[in-house]
Amino acid sequence: MIAETGHFALALALMVALVQSALPILGAARRDVVWMRSAEVTSLAQAGLIAIAFGALMHAFVTSDFSIINVFENSHSAKPMIYKVSATWGSHEGSLLLWVLILSLFGAGVSWAGGNLPDGLKARTLSVQAWITVGFLSFMLFTSNPFERMSFIPANGNDLNPLLQDIGLALHPPLLYVGYVGFSIVFSFAVAALIEGHVDPAWARWVRPWTLAAWVSLTGGIALGSWWAYYELGWGGWWFWDPVENVSFMPWLLGTALLHSAIVTEKRDTFKSWTILLAILTFSLSLFGTFIVRSGLLTSVHAFAVDPERGIYILGLLGASIGGALTLFAWRAPQLEPGGIFAPVSRETGLMLNNLLLATATATVLLGTVYPLILEALTGEKISVGPPYFAMTFTPLMVPLILAMGIGPHLSWKRADLRGVLQRVKWSIAISVLVVAIILWRDFGGPVMAAIGIGIAIWLLLATLADFAARIRFWDDVRGSFARVRRLPRATFGMVLAHTGLAVAILGFTGSSLWKTETVVFVQPGDQIEIAGFDVTFDGVTEVPGPNYIARQGALTVDLNGRNVEVLRPERRYYPVADTLTTESAIRHTLHGDLYASLVEPQGEVDEGTWTLRILYEPLINCIWIGSVMLVFGGIVSLTDRRLRIGAPKRKVQLSVPAE
Amino acid sequence: MKRIWAFLPLLMIVVLGGFLGWGLNPNRDPSEIPSALVGKPLPEMVLPALAGIDNAGFVPADIAMHDLALVNVFASWCVPCRAEHGPLSELAAREGLALYGLNYRDQQADAVDWLNELGNPYLGIGHDEAGRAGIEWGISGVPETFILVRGTIVHRHVGPLVGEAATRPFLDALQKARMR
Repeated sequence: MIAETGHFALALALMVALVQSALPILGAARRDVVWMRSAEVTSLAQAGLIAIAFGALMHAFVTSDFSIINVFENSHSAKPMIYKVSATWGSHEGSLLLWVLILSLFGAGVSWAGGNLPDGLKARTLSVQAWITVGFLSFMLFTSNPFERMSFIPANGNDLNPLLQDIGLALHPPLLYVGYVGFSIVFSFAVAALIEGHVDPAWARWVRPWTLAAWVSLTGGIALGSWWAYYELGWGGWWFWDPVENVSFMPWLLGTALLHSAIVTEKRDTFKSWTILLAILTFSLSLFGTFIVRSGLLTSVHAFAVDPERGIYILGLLGASIGGALTLFAWRAPQLEPGGIFAPVSRETGLMLNNLLLATATATVLLGTVYPLILEALTGEKISVGPPYFAMTFTPLMVPLILAMGIGPHLSWKRADLRGVLQRVKWSIAISVLVVAIILWRDFGGPVMAAIGIGIAIWLLLATLADFAARIRFWDDVRGSFARVRRLPRATFGMVLAHTGLAVAILGFTGSSLWKTETVVFVQPGDQIEIAGFDVTFDGVTEVPGPNYIARQGALTVDLNGRNVEVLRPERRYYPVADTLTTESAIRHTLHGDLYASLVEPQGEVDEGTWTLRILYEPLINCIWIGSVMLVFGGIVSLTDRRLRIGAPKRKVQLSVPAE
Repeated sequence: MKRIWAFLPLLMIVVLGGFLGWGLNPNRDPSEIPSALVGKPLPEMVLPALAGIDNAGFVPADIAMHDLALVNVFASWCVPCRAEHGPLSELAAREGLALYGLNYRDQQADAVDWLNELGNPYLGIGHDEAGRAGIEWGISGVPETFILVRGTIVHRHVGPLVGEAATRPFLDALQKARMR
């Protein structure tokens, strides 16, 4: 009965969304305030109804109601409660429901928090948001009903994939989705602005917090997914340039560009059509990601069950929303009045460079992701594009971006004094060049790129801190600088935190990918392996029962300089219900690097008691996670900026002077 | 001019959408690894012998002399190759097949040690230190095993020949190759 209520609530939500997609926008055209304000009620009602449906589905999972196909296929009564809850969004149908829930929550958020928005913009934005909701709700109701019942009731369920029974992965989709879907509201704002034919700094200021919130969430989601892959998949990598990773990374790259171009629109009233285009494209890439994951178009480890009919429906949705928005853009963008002018050396130029490089990087990733498909369509040849392509195209774009990122915040708007700025960063330049020279001279091994990677990370770190010091005039007046710290806007703290966070993460990217050492060996109890200065002894394997699995746990004694520092216990888990084996790696974390071990029972003609042991040493890898946390906190701190909390000023009153 | 620029994003999306629509064709299986070489002879190149072992290297013509031959791509650093080595040697001996080896991206000394340790069932071994032959042959990883009828590739198996699931299709292909 509860499931049917959920299904009914979804159908009602579709009706409400249909009303919201027409009434407010018509009201805005007719200047009818009552029609326009109807969106405030319908958006809340819609979110409430979808939340009821989501609650009903979660209830079915928590109570293990196996009469529902979705629950039967993705849950099991012996599963720990937290994974029963997270199984709600573990399947195609459930995750789609979560998608729509977040979509409607963002709509409700705008109507609840957007008190200072002009009626017209708000009404149009919420109508556009409702168009997207209608598209996805109908997709769900017609092709992927999460509440479908079965004719008989099975005794137990099929379990969730044991690989996915992990706390990191339980939280990864919701965060990623808040990021993905959060860009929808920015898209709606952009389309609404195009319909109005008017973009001004106030518009950019309204859009920025939403962009920032989505970006923070997406950053957290991607980092969490990467962390999960690192310790769960058992081979010590954290990024594979897999198509599904790429489709989450592209909105992040373009969203980052949008975050920066919106600053220019807000502060300098320029880059308008570019910001609008970025807003449309960022969400388009989120939609593209949803399409890729659910259509089975490309091979990936992440794909959901494939159904071509669903693929065609989503492609139609994509065509209507992206095609529609870009047609509107082509029609209206040339009419947007250009804004302020700026000198070749100015913060505007710096941010333009940032945007061009990020957009090019996004295009590179997109090309790498769809190239196999394009080649197959044109020539029938099948290839796959792997990490070497991305290392050769993506990394070279990042180096100038990071170099410019160090300088950018020092530049002033309109026209900057390049000589003065270089004066301020001369020590940062000197130290980072010195670091590169030392790494090359001491020859730590690894390619030259490693030295460059560490060098640009140090540069970014120092140059950002130099900018912070200059803002509080630390070098001129140390005592007064503490008072100035408190008066700095929080957005500045956010920027410093995020930029230094990226610098720290780059240390991790570079160290763990270019200085990694790895061995794969057969071991028997008593065998000793030497890696990166550690002596690792394999003591054998014991059987340990778990709640819904049986683990075979290895013991590895780790000695450093003859002293025992750790016993690593990697596991091989067998889940009887799903009949699946998983690898639980064991990791010794230090700031210097991770010692990472995983065990697999060997196949074929090898003696009993022999195991395949994989040991890696990944220098600096924890910097990736520390840097990601700093990026996320940078975004959150920036979000609490007074300017965004208090709300934007009213739009300039446009006085219309009669021509006579 | 500005008008034309504004249409550019739309144009790009339409082209991309076209490809995506094509990709949805239900008869398409994106996870299938194609064998560009099936039905063709091996690419013409000389594969030198490993130093420190008796086996000669080979050229495609050597393999074409046999009615039925296997070429196994292996490397001493490859753990699945080690697992596969025993069953594959047995299979070749049992069925009386000409088994050639392509030693892929390996150090000579390591490869020789490996063969001395595990046994050497190969009629000839070509050493592909730089991975040049690997590129010509379109190898996606080690191990891989090719079935050749009078020098023409008729089947390509990716991964170790260990366990029923992997061996069954390979034996079927071998059976079919005998009929030719």
